Amino acid sequence: MSTKEKTGWIVGGVLIVLYCLAPIAWIVSLSFKAPADLSNASFLPTTPSTENYATILTGNASELFLPALVNSFGICLIATFISCVLSMFAAYAIARLDFPGKKFILGTALAVAIFPVISIVTPLFNLWRQIGLYDTWPGLIIPYLSLTLPLSIWTMSAFFREIPWEMEQAAQVDGATTWQAFRKVIVPLAAPGVFTTAIIAFFIAWNDFVYGISLTSTSASRPVPAALGLFSGASQFEDPTGAIAAAAVIVTIPVVVLVLVFQRRIVAGLTNGAVKG
Amino acid sequence: MASIEMKNIVKKYGDGFPAVNDISLDIADGEFMILVGPSGCGKSTLLRMIVGLEDITSGDMVIGGDRVNDKAPRDRNLSMVFQNYALYPHMSVYENIAFPLRLAKTPDDKVDRLVKEAADVLELHEHLERKPANLSGGQRQRVAMGRAIVRQAEAFLFDEPLSNLDAKLRGQMRTEIARLQRRLGITTVYVTHDQTEAMTLGDRVCVLRKGSIQQVASPRELYEQPVNLFVAGFIGSPPMNFLPATVKGSTLETPFGNIDLDEERAAAVAGHELLLVGIRPEYFEDASLVDDAKKHVGTTFTAKVDVTEWLGDQQYAYIPYEAPDAIRTQLRDLSRELDSEELRTQAIVSIDASSRIREGRDAEFWLDLRKVHVFDPETGENLTRDAEAGAELTRMATEDREEQVAEAAGGLTGERSSGAA
Repeated sequence: MSTKEKTGWIVGGVLIVLYCLAPIAWIVSLSFKAPADLSNASFLPTTPSTENYATILTGNASELFLPALVNSFGICLIATFISCVLSMFAAYAIARLDFPGKKFILGTALAVAIFPVISIVTPLFNLWRQIGLYDTWPGLIIPYLSLTLPLSIWTMSAFFREIPWEMEQAAQVDGATTWQAFRKVIVPLAAPGVFTTAIIAFFIAWNDFVYGISLTSTSASRPVPAALGLFSGASQFEDPTGAIAAAAVIVTIPVVVLVLVFQRRIVAGLTNGAVKG
Repeated sequence: MASIEMKNIVKKYGDGFPAVNDISLDIADGEFMILVGPSGCGKSTLLRMIVGLEDITSGDMVIGGDRVNDKAPRDRNLSMVFQNYALYPHMSVYENIAFPLRLAKTPDDKVDRLVKEAADVLELHEHLERKPANLSGGQRQRVAMGRAIVRQAEAFLFDEPLSNLDAKLRGQMRTEIARLQRRLGITTVYVTHDQTEAMTLGDRVCVLRKGSIQQVASPRELYEQPVNLFVAGFIGSPPMNFLPATVKGSTLETPFGNIDLDEERAAAVAGHELLLVGIRPEYFEDASLVDDAKKHVGTTFTAKVDVTEWLGDQQYAYIPYEAPDAIRTQLRDLSRELDSEELRTQAIVSIDASSRIREGRDAEFWLDLRKVHVFDPETGENLTRDAEAGAELTRMATEDREEQVAEAAGGLTGERSSGAA
């Protein structure tokens, strides 16, 4: 590569990174601005203050924000866990077993994944109210599963298909039952796939707004994205921009941490050294 | 340890295509049996039916006296080395080898002892804590073998275990496998398409073609008394030359001159017109280098040499010849079936390395007639096969094997008693 090409690549790369990161940087900067500073027409706060963070963590918005944070974590983790376990079995069956209706299941999963959330939320709202799931954790976990499961099954079955058949056959010849072969050989090998799927599923649940705002009414189960929408300013003439920015920064942190922690596991070779490469 | 008996085994796939067609084969306890054939002949399928990874459509699979058709692989107590080794990448070498023992709930101290023993045999000691990803091809291959020998299996099954190694390593591992099998005296079934492996390793070799057995015999019998054109063409490298011949009384007219047949052979070929004469490359020699004492058992002819290849220890000469169209097509079909592509009809002739025969010139060759076979081009059948001589060769091989096994067993008890002392 010539120096000219190299410079071109570097410049292009920097531009793309800036384009992607600018909104985030803006939110971070907003979250450190005092209320009077919000429309100061400059990128950086004149005097950085942690006032917004104080508002949402200990101040008058904390009653709205902190329970929502707990709800979001609880609901998303449970939904992720259930969807990982279920999709692991489903994906194994799809990748390995020959049964009638396999294509149909995959097709349905895809159809469900692209089904517009907004169209089912109203009937769901009525149903949930009648059977008593409205404004409860299970009332959100179940719809979240419908969002995360199809994608998890698709991702996971792709990973399972990558695992050589011989691994499992070798285990069976070595004396393993189908279940032992699955647990001792297939699951450890699929671990990177499971982590990837878990992260994707967690993001989907974590980012949901429509279900969160429609199927909850109190802090008993309201997740963060819905709570952010309910923030109010100190007076009705004041936007709660600073508080929302601070909350947005806080909810971004777990996602970033999650990706950084599991990055190595995701990137690590799937079946490195299993077979002659 | 156990014998393996197959009775009329058939494997049909969904579309009704018989991958394995009515195979009956007895493998004796402690015997080293090779399944060999070109790709798609059903050898791997047969092996996988023995181990239980493929369902058997019909027939009986009997291992050690028990019918195992309906048993799961884990209940058959066989161990297998896969072509791509199938090591568990998330486990250390130690745990890979220990895996079958762990599944059998063997106590830890016994696991440790057995794994160490296997590692000693295969010289894997310094690698026990490493992961398979960090090993070389040969080392991975040895780990796969370790996993197979660590438990007391009824039989070893190998599915082209050396095909992923480079040539030098393949030679070393080949002798290693032979030594190991002799030492442990375990019934072994070994699938390969490499005929060097087939010839050197096997007590008996089973040649398969399109799902049926062609011939089961010792390597020597296969080489010297093949039953048909297919076996004759498959065994031997470079392959046997097939020359078209027309029968005139007790004489065969070939592109390389006339061949006089003895009474027995003349009787065998009587009634045919067009035949194929099968001559191995080493039955030829540069006529000027042949002892006069030997000369009368053969015939000499002059032919133009196309190409010569000098390899140091030997030399090959290629002699093109004309063949009738029917024969030409048939030879092409045969070579295609044997996974090679014969572009022109030519004889490959092995001559002494010191021969001064040069390319593009006429040269005089001598042809040893004692072991020449004559085939019927239509059925492929070997008309001059001496079944008794062949059986004798296989019987000798069996005796050799029994002697070796007894010796190995004696040696092993000797080792053990000295170890105890």
